[in-house]
Amino acid sequence: MTRQMTGAEMVVQALKDQGVDTVFGYPGGAVLPVYDAIFQQNDIKHILVRHEQAAIHAAEGYARSTGKPGVALVTSGPGATNAVTGLTDALLDSIPLVVFSGQVPTFMIGTDGFQEADTIGITRPCTKHNWLVKDTDKLAETIHQAFHVATSGRPGPVLIDLPKDVQFADGTYVGPAKAKVSHYQPKMKASIEDINNIVQMLEKAERPIFYTGGGVINSGPAASQLLRELVEATGFPITSTLMGLGAYPASGKNWLGMLGMHGLYEANMAMHGCDLMINIGARFDDRITGRIQDFSPNSKKIHIDIDPSSINKVIRVDLPVLGDVGHVLEDVLKVWKSRGRKTAITKAWWEQIDTWREVRCLSYKNSDTVIKPQYALQRLEALTKDMDRYITTEVGQHQMWAAQFLGFEDPNRWMTSGGLGTMGYGFPASIGVQLAHPESLVINVAGEASWLMNMQEMGTAMQYRAPVKQFILNNERLGMVRQWQQLLHGERYSSSWSESLPDFVKLAEAFGAKGIRCSDPADLDDAIMEMLNYDGPVIFDCLVEKHENCFPMIPSGKAHNEMLMGEASTEGAIMSDGAVLV
Amino acid sequence: MSALRIQQGSTSHSAYDLRDYHAEVIEKHTLAVLVDNEAGVLARVVGLFSGRGYNIESLTVAEVDHAGHLSRITIVTTGTRDVIEQIKAQVGRIVPVHDVHDLTVEGPSIERELALFKVHGTGEKRIEALRLAEIFRANVVDSTLESFVFEMTGTSEKIDAFADLMRPLGLIETARTGVAALGRGGKD
Repeated sequence: MTRQMTGAEMVVQALKDQGVDTVFGYPGGAVLPVYDAIFQQNDIKHILVRHEQAAIHAAEGYARSTGKPGVALVTSGPGATNAVTGLTDALLDSIPLVVFSGQVPTFMIGTDGFQEADTIGITRPCTKHNWLVKDTDKLAETIHQAFHVATSGRPGPVLIDLPKDVQFADGTYVGPAKAKVSHYQPKMKASIEDINNIVQMLEKAERPIFYTGGGVINSGPAASQLLRELVEATGFPITSTLMGLGAYPASGKNWLGMLGMHGLYEANMAMHGCDLMINIGARFDDRITGRIQDFSPNSKKIHIDIDPSSINKVIRVDLPVLGDVGHVLEDVLKVWKSRGRKTAITKAWWEQIDTWREVRCLSYKNSDTVIKPQYALQRLEALTKDMDRYITTEVGQHQMWAAQFLGFEDPNRWMTSGGLGTMGYGFPASIGVQLAHPESLVINVAGEASWLMNMQEMGTAMQYRAPVKQFILNNERLGMVRQWQQLLHGERYSSSWSESLPDFVKLAEAFGAKGIRCSDPADLDDAIMEMLNYDGPVIFDCLVEKHENCFPMIPSGKAHNEMLMGEASTEGAIMSDGAVLV
Repeated sequence: MSALRIQQGSTSHSAYDLRDYHAEVIEKHTLAVLVDNEAGVLARVVGLFSGRGYNIESLTVAEVDHAGHLSRITIVTTGTRDVIEQIKAQVGRIVPVHDVHDLTVEGPSIERELALFKVHGTGEKRIEALRLAEIFRANVVDSTLESFVFEMTGTSEKIDAFADLMRPLGLIETARTGVAALGRGGKD
């Protein structure tokens, strides 16, 4: 299909042709033509956020809960610079986004025009790719290519910078089928040698473990299904990164829980003691490995990843396999079955894992008088686990407790800022998730400090009647900062408490939402039910123990088998060489 | 924090990697990167090097295929073997990059650099400069009664050696192109 239209109309037409139904954005002078085109149609819904950062996080929530790319629209200058945090967040967590930014007209670029910024220069290192479109005739093709780049290979955010004159000018529109094919075509299938090598290593392993990550989720629901089949068929234990939760069900019998800095004891010990590690779509992040010299010292390592730059970046592996997780798992299963479904996993390995499980690393001292944050999440889990539920989080202690105490049975149900650790992510992300799944329960597990970073989005939630539940574990502290200051900085709590907090119940009411406060463990269940039963946005101010620390914990610069457990003495836990690490 | 006696600086690419990288051998590699000749492509490649803390010893870039809109970037870089591998993977995944060739490991290759040297002097020094230029097969491309501009093509080492000789003879200005390189033999 080719026809004449303005650049602004092309944006809308291309979005329709790409199957986009929702755009998150905020208007401004340099994108007015596109907003005008959006006004004159009904296929694409525009969600007006209250800050451009939130537009990107909402698009991320939309993308992660649907598997489709998220789309955002911002104006030039401050609109684009406000988007930078969200773009970086999406880059580090490999979330497909297509972001449009307005730009001053081409003839004004470089003159320091009003609301001009070098958006392409600023966003170059925080996007997978970006384009400045100077010719309306090239616009449609660029948009289609942008969707291709954002969603193929390792997904990521892309940005298209649209000068205002390009939006006004007429040009020829081409549909996705007629657009030029990009040379960017990442390899999906692994070689048959690689598949055979994987299978041979699986067959020989006595103490194997699957270590899976966000790549399984990104590969699509079929990849999670294949993973489940492979785990059940081989009987191997499985752990996952923060990003990969839900690919294998938390109720599955081979599930060891999340691994890493605040991961479960059994998961980290099994990683340390295994003889074969099968990394599927994870990237040996520093939160996972701990001290690298002592990372799983006696294992052979397989790494399946679609991004060649992830392989041997941090940890040298014995068998690197380049390809899409879903394709590789399918081939591995086929070959493994055809060779007679052999495994050498020992009973002793599972017995060892069971003794680690008996440590019950998530134990904490509960209280009758004050709500422990872990208890709050256990009750939230108990009361919502059978519901059609999506969870987002902010960043900090509450995020780690949510990962430890909430169980995920399916992929795309858990949205959290893993790589960048962006406080303020969860609330707008929950709105994006809710708009993609209007009938589902969407809860943002938050800390009060993170939540305040994007609290203006109450306006968005109210305007679009997104009944998101903001479950705030309020300890009046920057809990994770406070924990590190206790461990590392002689209990000097420099700027890590929140003074002058708002009354969250009144804040909710000021926006026309519902506010609930709970401070007594005895009232907690009723209060949570009240939140769940309310048809509309709720701010739940859960006043929790102020000095609780998040355990277990691998202290900075330590190895997997040197975890600190709950109630442990933390004095001198971090050595000088670990102190420099984040 | 000084009481903690933390070592300053790091050559590692993971904050959690406390290995002593100084102990590992630093290698010099010449990479040929074929890219779409589009606005900003050089900034993407160079920005990746600065952003991830890699070294650039020399860099040349020019369009090599006008019809195909392709440019060739030749980068000489240094690092441990792991870092070199990582550089190639990182450069290779930039969207407008078509191909990354490591000429240092992909069989024999030819590397050439072009340099211009302005040498100012009179008398014996001037004669000696001209004599050495002949030995090095440098061409005189500009001359006054008190100066020469020599043009020379060769490996970086040869150009370094010539520059060292010219310095006491009145070298006042140098311009170098950086390395251009191709693999030897008939294959591409």
